[in-house]
Amino acid sequence: MTPFHTQLVSIVRLGIKSLLLHKLRAALTMLGIIFGVCSVIAMLAIGEGASYEAQEAIKKLGSDNIILRSVKPADDAKLTGTSRGFALDYGLTYADAARIQATIPGVKRVLPVRIIRENARFAQNNIPCQVLGTLPFYPEIVGLDLLRGRFLTETDERHQANICVLTAGLAQRLFPYQDPLEHSVRIDAFYYQVVGIVREKNMPEQRTQGGQMDGEPLDNNVYVPLTTSRSRFGEMIIRRSAGSEEREKVELHQITVQMRDAASVETADPQIKTLLSHFHSKMDYETIVPLQLLRQAEQTKRIFNVVLGSIAAISLLVGGIGIMNIMLATVTERTREIGIRRALGARKRDITLQFLVETVVLALGGGTIGVVIGILVPFAVTHLTEMKTIVTWWSVVIAFGISAAIGVIFGLYPAKAAAELDPIEALRHE
Amino acid sequence: MAAAQPIIRLEGIEKRYVLGEDIEVRALRGVDLAITPGSYVAIMGPSGSGKSTMLNLLGCLDRPTGGRYFLGGTDVSVMPDDELSRARGRMIGFIFQSYNLIAQLTVIENIQVPLLYQGKDLNALHGHCVKLAELVGLSDRLHHRPSQLSGGQQQRVAVARSLVNDPLMILADEPTGNLDSRTGAEVLDLIDRLNGEGKTIVLVTHDDRVASRAHRVLHMQDGLIEREVVNRPVPGANGGPA
Repeated sequence: MTPFHTQLVSIVRLGIKSLLLHKLRAALTMLGIIFGVCSVIAMLAIGEGASYEAQEAIKKLGSDNIILRSVKPADDAKLTGTSRGFALDYGLTYADAARIQATIPGVKRVLPVRIIRENARFAQNNIPCQVLGTLPFYPEIVGLDLLRGRFLTETDERHQANICVLTAGLAQRLFPYQDPLEHSVRIDAFYYQVVGIVREKNMPEQRTQGGQMDGEPLDNNVYVPLTTSRSRFGEMIIRRSAGSEEREKVELHQITVQMRDAASVETADPQIKTLLSHFHSKMDYETIVPLQLLRQAEQTKRIFNVVLGSIAAISLLVGGIGIMNIMLATVTERTREIGIRRALGARKRDITLQFLVETVVLALGGGTIGVVIGILVPFAVTHLTEMKTIVTWWSVVIAFGISAAIGVIFGLYPAKAAAELDPIEALRHE
Repeated sequence: MAAAQPIIRLEGIEKRYVLGEDIEVRALRGVDLAITPGSYVAIMGPSGSGKSTMLNLLGCLDRPTGGRYFLGGTDVSVMPDDELSRARGRMIGFIFQSYNLIAQLTVIENIQVPLLYQGKDLNALHGHCVKLAELVGLSDRLHHRPSQLSGGQQQRVAVARSLVNDPLMILADEPTGNLDSRTGAEVLDLIDRLNGEGKTIVLVTHDDRVASRAHRVLHMQDGLIEREVVNRPVPGANGGPA
């Protein structure tokens, strides 16, 4: 309706006008809401950013994968180095991989990986690296981008070919001026023809080690066929340092079990554990289920959000009380105006509406400023601390909605109090 | 009766206030009064005579404890609060001693306030408001604030405001109380002119000179109209006391 519409417009205009009469007071009143809204958005953005990073890292491990890793058993660790010629024999075996493939339902592929720390050499360059002995389908499970050349093939596997694939960073460091594909890399005593250059798609800088989210740069990988790794390096790994000798016999360092779908991960996880427990007397392996890590991360995020949300809600509450306080003072101060308006035909609800509009304008004004600052703060945080932040649209909507709601809730009482004033008394008020 | 139908009719109006336990103040004790259209009525009386209560009741700011009050043919003594507010805005134009303009509004906006509460289109009636400002001689002050006006000018704004809804009656409470005699006389001249154009005026005052301008002067004492003086006949009526 037009009359009502124009009436509302004039009431809003009047409300803004009345607020502008006391600019400092209005600004101070809005501060509470500004801080509240700003903290809701900024806190949620920082929380969201932190959990996003964790979740992405986990997702990249593959939500339908189960990762098994060899770990040195705790009690055996003490023996190393004390007795010469004693070989530490632990970890996952080829038989484990075969058994999982054969017996666990829902398994799509099993990817064994041997990881040997060695130095890669070309000419004067000598760079520490990880030699990963693995199968041709490694890129599909872990996620590798082939930049140049090719990855390992079945033929390489069958012939224990002396070929290797380098990660881009390692290739860059080893061959600063040469084309890597035209040369060979020396690792230990053997030369390996470089056939391809890849980049780890998923974890460009970090590799999860032992379930931890941090680790060393993953850019120094050399991929060789699994059979080549076995024959060239042997099962026994001997490390000599300062007179002590350390022998380890580890068949496989990692087995990635790819399931058909995420649903079968849940059932396969305990089955694999049971299966392995029959063949391993010591806990010389660990399992990582990215799906479960993801669930935990989501759970953590939820708790985080609740905590941040509560803090923000409290600051909004305080802001709302501040608004109510000021509006009550305003009502007292403007008692006479209320009396005049009542004498001139204003009904109680007109007075209620007038003061409510004022409070809502105040709250929405604060809300708008809070939203702007709340969006800017995460930007500043990202800029200064390199923390990832994500401003979600729903946090903006919620924060703005809450500020409007606070305007109504905390404005209602002062507005009602204004409307209930006796017009005669109000007119007499000095 | 040959006289025009009264637009204001009070029948046995009583107003009692309860103060504390069992102290009751009878501010009005059965007042009867009829005011015909176009009358200029002054109400006088000492403090405590029930003059203010009378004004509040006539202005629909309060409801009587007993008796009936017909304003323009409708019984407003039993109206619920919202309707009473509406009736007040539509049928009564107030002029107060202390002007009672809204400080943060300009002259033209102050004149428009009663329209707002009648749900009328302010834009459409803007011309009407400007005309009223011209009528009271403030057409060059439309966008001034009350604080930028003299007392006499403020009271003229209040007069314009009281006219904006074309009310049945203009209720003036000591309209010259805060003004010096010259500006007071100007405002009273303005009120006279409105009465000359047919507006019904009810005016409460202490001042005999102000009251002398009215057709009828009602003297109140102890909650009753003690006596009535007719200065000059009410136009349109047959004359004589109602």
